[in-house]
Amino acid sequence: MSTVTIPRLPAGRTLRLGASRIRYEVKTYFRQGDSVFFTFLFPLVMLTIFSVAFSEQTFGTDADGNDVSAAGFYLPAMLAAGLLLSGLQNMAIDIAGEKSDGTLKRFAGTPLPVLSYFIGKIGQVLVTGILQAALLLAVAGIVFRVPLPTDPERWLTFAWVFVLGVITSAVLGIALSGLPRSGKSATAVIIPIALVLQFISGVYLGFSQLPEWLQNFASIFPLKWMAQGMRSVFLPDDFKTLEVGGSWDLANVALVTGIWFVAGLVVCRLTFRWIRKDS
Amino acid sequence: MTEPDAVVSVRDLRKTYGHFTALGGVTFDILRGETFALLGPNGAGKSTTIEILEGYRDRTSGEASVLGIDPGTGGLDWKARLGIVLQSTGESGNVTVREQLTHFAGYYPNARNVDEIIAAVGLDEKAGTLIRKLSGGQRRRVDVALGIVGRPELLFLDEPTTGFDPESRRQFWDLIRELKHEGTTILLTTHYLDEAAQLGDRAGIIAGGTLIDIGRIDELGGAEARIPLVRWRQDGVLREERTSEPGRVVASLMRGGREPDDLEVVRPSLEDIYLGLVAKHEADRELEPVA
Repeated sequence: MSTVTIPRLPAGRTLRLGASRIRYEVKTYFRQGDSVFFTFLFPLVMLTIFSVAFSEQTFGTDADGNDVSAAGFYLPAMLAAGLLLSGLQNMAIDIAGEKSDGTLKRFAGTPLPVLSYFIGKIGQVLVTGILQAALLLAVAGIVFRVPLPTDPERWLTFAWVFVLGVITSAVLGIALSGLPRSGKSATAVIIPIALVLQFISGVYLGFSQLPEWLQNFASIFPLKWMAQGMRSVFLPDDFKTLEVGGSWDLANVALVTGIWFVAGLVVCRLTFRWIRKDS
Repeated sequence: MTEPDAVVSVRDLRKTYGHFTALGGVTFDILRGETFALLGPNGAGKSTTIEILEGYRDRTSGEASVLGIDPGTGGLDWKARLGIVLQSTGESGNVTVREQLTHFAGYYPNARNVDEIIAAVGLDEKAGTLIRKLSGGQRRRVDVALGIVGRPELLFLDEPTTGFDPESRRQFWDLIRELKHEGTTILLTTHYLDEAAQLGDRAGIIAGGTLIDIGRIDELGGAEARIPLVRWRQDGVLREERTSEPGRVVASLMRGGREPDDLEVVRPSLEDIYLGLVAKHEADRELEPVA
């Protein structure tokens, strides 16, 4: 076969197209009514329900003797749930849908780099995740009068737990998107996984109330650690005695989440294809 | 060897799925600037061929070259020179026509003007409408627009006008003629034989995974297949005669001095020739001893 010189595409277009994909993804995300409700507003709805349902109860007291309200107790849990929903659940269902509706097949026929597509997806999760967290914090602080931390060190912890958590969750969502056999079955496959994880990871049920074997099992997965990291930011410091081992254990929050991030990247790299070739 | 000057060159292309042979050795070339129509019944191997050339499927054996590159290994630089209109439109499309085209235009180094394309596919009035709110035919026009936005050297059109009304189809033909005029090479599959006749320079007819004929549109089936048919009604019975001298046959009918009933001289259309070739292929296959 003869060799033909093909004009090279300009360098740096992977990042430029990645940025263009982020804008496109965020725009389409907010036009999709069901995803806005089930992933974006869901943690806020749950926070409201818990705050109202348990408004008469106290969840302990801080160092100054002030009661911790239901909203204050559930805020870190709902922030962690938001990470999982915006990242893992949203990505896995979204990409499985794009696989079966022909979107990815169309991309396969264009000079769009796979990496730009990933940048777009992760960027979308990051942007929507930040907006979601900001909304949760605003409603918790303004409506439910949850005292938010003033110590900059706590906000620094929040920042790294949030960014690491949301990116890990997005990468795991991309990795899981190959699991559903069709876009139609995606919600049925992914939502139960996300729901079970939330129940065993201390999002809806207090982690310390779970049996030890279940705590050990849940500790394999990153959500338990993300939730723990969030609790370390928003709950009074002496609440750490309720954690397994009696400390916030931020080193393991970083380690376990980081391992899942790398593992997710490897699975994406090995398994992601625009289309399944049939040979 | 594949033909180096050809934009598409295929030699003995085969594709099997287990024991099923989808393509049993197909050979053809498409030259620069040419519009080549691939015709054939459903399941004959048209889409398998086109998807191998687009890089969507791997071939089992044979040679294939598209713009000088093996389509099984073509990278992004190669894809930037192709335009692909797939057979099926799927996406729900939560973006407007203009947003979608502007976004995709960004993928290509030398994209066309978005507003000009929107006008060319006749969607001016729908430019600000979400794609999911368009009709099937309008969405198909978005597909076509996305296929040409990157100013491709080679355009694949897999049944592009399915769902078009007659007026849109005419408009589409004008657009394709414009692209041909600019020098775009086009591989077209279609079930509309008039479309192939309008647009194609050459055509290949594929049936049962093999090319049963290939050539200029007006030469398909050979001279034999183009012999006119004289048809008339005699004593209430429909009679017909194939003849290269229709005038003489008609004159002889007039010898009785009476005007023949329902007289017509029919030249086979591309559709007649195509159906004849496919039917003959089917009949020949049935006669073959089973291996």
